[in-house]
Amino acid sequence: MFKNFSAKIEQWLDTRYEISKVKNFIKHKKVPVHKFSLFYYLGGLTLFLFIVQVITGILLLMYYKPGEDSAFESVQFIITEVNFGWLIRNIHSWSANLMIFFAFAHMFSVFFTRAYKKPRELTWVSGMILLALAMFFGFSGYLLPWNELAFFATKVGTDIASVVPFIGDSIKEVLRGGEDVTGATLSRFYGIHVAILPLITTIFLVIHLFFVQKQGMHEPESFEKLPEEKKLYTPFFPNFALKDALLWIIIFNVIIFLALIFPWELGVKADPFASAPAGIKPEWYFMFMFQTLKFIPSHVLFIEGEVLGIMAFGLAILIWIFIPFIKVKEKPNSKIQIMTIVGFIVASFIIIMTILGYMF
Amino acid sequence: MALNRRKFVNSLLGIGGIGGLFTIIYPALSFLKPPKSAKPKVNSVKAGMASEFPSNSSKIIKFGRIPVLLVKSEEGNFIALSATCTHLDCIVQYREDTKQVWCACHNGIYDLRGRNVSGPPPRPLDVYNVKVVNDEIIITTQAG
Repeated sequence: MFKNFSAKIEQWLDTRYEISKVKNFIKHKKVPVHKFSLFYYLGGLTLFLFIVQVITGILLLMYYKPGEDSAFESVQFIITEVNFGWLIRNIHSWSANLMIFFAFAHMFSVFFTRAYKKPRELTWVSGMILLALAMFFGFSGYLLPWNELAFFATKVGTDIASVVPFIGDSIKEVLRGGEDVTGATLSRFYGIHVAILPLITTIFLVIHLFFVQKQGMHEPESFEKLPEEKKLYTPFFPNFALKDALLWIIIFNVIIFLALIFPWELGVKADPFASAPAGIKPEWYFMFMFQTLKFIPSHVLFIEGEVLGIMAFGLAILIWIFIPFIKVKEKPNSKIQIMTIVGFIVASFIIIMTILGYMF
Repeated sequence: MALNRRKFVNSLLGIGGIGGLFTIIYPALSFLKPPKSAKPKVNSVKAGMASEFPSNSSKIIKFGRIPVLLVKSEEGNFIALSATCTHLDCIVQYREDTKQVWCACHNGIYDLRGRNVSGPPPRPLDVYNVKVVNDEIIITTQAG
């Protein structure tokens, strides 16, 4: 009875929208099986965490009130008075951090398997844009509870923008909604966090996923060299999709566990006339940049250290985004390629600086 | 000839299109730039009684909208410095143990004359004048 009914609906839709094409596509989609197959789950996991962010974010929207006199109080209200408010907020915070962690892991897995190379250059670029958007999501969301740590992180973060030549001061003013970080900044960050970034991210997410579907899964060079009969594949649906779903459930449980055992602190309400507290730190994913800025002296030759550091980071990020377009001669039979060494240097730099940031 | 006319109309349309786009983008971008609000003109502020201020301590004073760090040294002298770090805009604090001005954000250190002595700050802190009149601490800008 039900089967008949659903078949009828399917046929009805098919005659109008040709959905059998989509069905066929899913049926024939396959995922290569090799020693790096685990990497294929990282992008999907990031996507899942983004969905968690959207749902918990919408729920938090119902009670959150932006404003110098209401933001901190409304978050306090959410975590102390609202039914399961503490849980929703903790899930939102933990999931945000894990999303960025898995986005980084996804990026490095793509880098080390050289999946960014032709014809997937734009998949890499769109992915990098998504990572930047995710970090901007983190930065803008960090301010919303209007606590002391967030206040100074925003002061530093927006001041960095003023280093950009010619238009830096204007960018800073537009971001802050004035000369200083005030309630006006909070209103802007709220708008950016809940409207502008979700819109732009959705657009780039659709583009990124379209590229991935259009070109299929990347096959590493060692897999490509295998004779056809030795190449193993697993069907995307249902095999891979079910494993994906299982992983999503596991990660969701991990988030719940983290939310229960390590609740996210609200801290002290921001006071624009209080000194920055000792031990102030940004979110962990900005730590490597923060720590590097600490190490650079006030002046290097005739350039201010801060300007030099931020410009160097800007340049390095630009090169990293456009890495698929940089022609590097690869040694055909060598196991270690130049780009692998570059990747190790970049990853080691990020890890070491992050650890140093937490040590000192 | 017909092609030239088409080219001409196309370029007119193109220029018109760019102009039209500009009329949309320019007001939107201008809207984002916050209007200049009138700053309260403050030349001096009172910062409490000198006799009630313990030696080797400090507090942040609101100088209009600017935070100013007022320090009473161990010798009993008052020093007022801009509390905004010249590195990346954090608010500095007086360290009673080292007798220096310290920024917790990036470990910048200034001496009690506001000079940047170590860490990343590129410039010294602005110095304010401090007077004690009838036991009342008065902070004024260098210009008076």
